[in-house]
Amino acid sequence: MNKTWWKILGSVLVIYTAIAGLLLGVPRLPILNESIRNLYFHVPMWFAMIVLFSISVFYSIKSLSSKSEVDDIKAVESVNAGIIFGLLGLVTGAIWAKYTWGQFWSFDPKQNFAAISVLLYFAYLILRNAIDEEQKRAKISAIYNIFAFPMMVVLLFVLPRLKDSLHPGNGGNPGFNSYDLDSRMRMVFYPACLGWILIGYWVYTIRFRLRSLENKQQMN
Amino acid sequence: MKKILFSLIFTLFTVQLFAQDNGVEMADKLRSDGKIYVVVTCIVIILVGLLAYLFSIDKRLKKIERENLPKN
Repeated sequence: MNKTWWKILGSVLVIYTAIAGLLLGVPRLPILNESIRNLYFHVPMWFAMIVLFSISVFYSIKSLSSKSEVDDIKAVESVNAGIIFGLLGLVTGAIWAKYTWGQFWSFDPKQNFAAISVLLYFAYLILRNAIDEEQKRAKISAIYNIFAFPMMVVLLFVLPRLKDSLHPGNGGNPGFNSYDLDSRMRMVFYPACLGWILIGYWVYTIRFRLRSLENKQQMN
Repeated sequence: MKKILFSLIFTLFTVQLFAQDNGVEMADKLRSDGKIYVVVTCIVIILVGLLAYLFSIDKRLKKIERENLPKN
């Protein structure tokens, strides 16, 4: 992945999303109005976050068996990059909620659980900072991460479905997939998700490379 | 004096003529349709700027990596 083509692809897709997402046609729906276009910008944040956290849990498992410091750094830097996207997802969700549900934070199950799952990963970073010994830190935080990841999946995709939520796809609400996401929107939505995942992965690689340079300097 | 006055007046007329819509194609589309194109232009400029910045960080990082971690 040390090439440039996927970085350019991600950039092009994200720019395409901004243009096509605002100019192409969307279904006319009450309450949502033009804010339906937020789908192209709010949802990809969460996709990018989930992909980055999956990378993190993969390297956490790997670091438990390999005991390699590189895998540990990969795990923590992908969480660092993923949390940015999680926070952006929360903020954009709150703004969207203000104009469709009436309040920035209506203590909707989806909003609450999304906030808790971001807090779970803050706890991961705090846990790491609390342990000075490197081997122990790598092991304990890897195990924590392995528990945090399924918790995040359950909080985001399972629990909100059991409660009454305003968010599409939860609590008896049909998701965007069922009838709103028509073929016109798919033309923008899928490239948007892929584009933001690539940008998120890029940010993670930059963070990882910086951290390994820092470590290298500390050793010298 | 008269000549200068006339030429001044005529130049003023021509300025007005240039200002009129004479069917020449201009970037009028950018100002119509509820001005959404303006917002799109701004967002694209911001995105291009940020992505170019990301590329420049990447480039600098590559340079430092080449100096610090030779052939691994």
